[in-house]
Amino acid sequence: MLCELTAHALHEKLKNREITAVALAESVYARIDEVESHVKGYLTLTKDLALEQADRADAGFQKGDEMPALAGIPIAIKDVICTKGVRTTCGSKILESFVPPYDATVMTKLYEQGVVMIGKTNMDEFAMGSSTENSAYQITHNPWNLDTIPGGSSGGSAAVVSADTAVCSLGSDTGGSIRQPAALCGVVGMKPTYGRVSRYGLVAFASSLDQIGPFTKDVTDCALLLNAICGSDAMDATSVDVPVPDWTQSLINDVQGLKIGVPKEYFTPALDPEIADSIQRATAVLEGLGATVEEISLPHTEYAIATYYIIAPAEASANLARYDGVRYGYRNENPENLINMYKKTRSEGFGEEVKRRIMLGTFALSAGYQDAYYKKAQKARTLIKSDFDAAFEKVDVIATPTSPTPAFKIGERTADPLQMYLSDVMTTPASHAGLPGISVPCGFVKSGLPVGLQLLGAPFAEEKVLRVAYTFEQNTEHHRRKPQIQTNGVVSS
Amino acid sequence: MATITIEGVRHVANLARLEFNDAETEHFTEQLARILDYIGKLNELETDDVPPTSHIHPHQVFIMGSQEGAAHVAKADVVKPSYPREAVLANAPEPEEGYFGVPRVVDRSH
Repeated sequence: MLCELTAHALHEKLKNREITAVALAESVYARIDEVESHVKGYLTLTKDLALEQADRADAGFQKGDEMPALAGIPIAIKDVICTKGVRTTCGSKILESFVPPYDATVMTKLYEQGVVMIGKTNMDEFAMGSSTENSAYQITHNPWNLDTIPGGSSGGSAAVVSADTAVCSLGSDTGGSIRQPAALCGVVGMKPTYGRVSRYGLVAFASSLDQIGPFTKDVTDCALLLNAICGSDAMDATSVDVPVPDWTQSLINDVQGLKIGVPKEYFTPALDPEIADSIQRATAVLEGLGATVEEISLPHTEYAIATYYIIAPAEASANLARYDGVRYGYRNENPENLINMYKKTRSEGFGEEVKRRIMLGTFALSAGYQDAYYKKAQKARTLIKSDFDAAFEKVDVIATPTSPTPAFKIGERTADPLQMYLSDVMTTPASHAGLPGISVPCGFVKSGLPVGLQLLGAPFAEEKVLRVAYTFEQNTEHHRRKPQIQTNGVVSS
Repeated sequence: MATITIEGVRHVANLARLEFNDAETEHFTEQLARILDYIGKLNELETDDVPPTSHIHPHQVFIMGSQEGAAHVAKADVVKPSYPREAVLANAPEPEEGYFGVPRVVDRSH
């Protein structure tokens, strides 16, 4: 099936006119017909638009034009990224009928490349969650085992790449929402350095942490997507004006002379022993290829979750104040007065986790508590960032597990929010420091679920991260394995 | 760090423009107290001399200014076309005569 292939393999076929973009899009939709009712990764499918875009790409290839690397490539977009004329719900009832009047900057850039948008993917409401179970619409199932969660919050974007119902996708990462689902679904997922990618049109959750990034079937595709979406933007004052290299130049199959640090604090009793083994084998592979692997210390790691669950909810409580029923989205129909309209609209429109975080954030910013909570967390953030600054004086890249456990069962952690928050223990530290991080498949536990290796770099040092990830991938086979999706007892691979 | 009471939850809910029934209030009080108890872990850290981090690229403002000596992110004050009124109102729950309609806030009897 065409939809199983990588974007770079498909580009060659499109360029050589072996296939058409329309046939490729049809192949993806045929796969969707086959498995989507089991995976449930999409909230909206945009087939008419996709076929139009595919037609346009085909016209370019037929004329023999020099076509961009992503022309005609089927892509899925997390439903937190604004798409002009296409409903954007953020997984929330409060935005059930919201149709953005503009495109996010990343969409403008992708459309310039000539991508084919397959649809919008499911997510935890407003990107708040680690399992995609907080979506107001549906639960997405992990293609490797339909009884388990795909991770979150970008669970839909990870699952559709894993299930071959998209060739690649975009997600967003605030505390691990790209890297963790990539690990649990056995695909490549990358959060670029904070400021690399414009957040214009990314519906805000925690503005000092949010960053858009790709899900792909391999590291080469990851570099191609980064090429398309990176760059400063006048519409986002937090995007950084630094040179954007051609990331495919970082795809060097050689780690000799590179120093890789493994932080001892990530290997706690909470880490699944099978995952610890898998990570140790992965770093041994890199060592065998000529990298120097050494133990390092990031002493404030254990404070990252507590810090995150103050800073992110505090920023969220301010960002989500805009959902008041006045200008867009859901509005309660029988309010007694204006204030009552705000309260009823928000209480009916938001799900439980979103309310919990708004409450937590509002409390942390309220009079009398701001210094004890919010300011304290900002100071802890400085300490966490300083750990990384010191580590990158000594090593080029840091290697850790992406998630402390493989995909867990649907429903297993929903009753206990704190337990769910601890799912992010391996990913939030790098978020505080704004670091680039990738998760690449590095093995499987005995039950057959995939394991992810997280590689972190210093700010704007994506090139080293990609180089290590690429070398690991070129010398291992984990990324080639595909899930066998059980459809009515029939295995569909 | 202090914990949160039922009264505290009611107060914060009002600030956040949310409303809960009694059972929900109790439920949230319990959960928030547990989360805040975990967050209390931050008290182990000595932070008197640590500056807060609100943004990861503090040099950002200088980069965005681009010209030498520019020290802020302000853009040139140039009028540009905005979205048409219909496009902006298309998502409004109750548009009224080209505006966003809301429940009456002024009492007509005065």
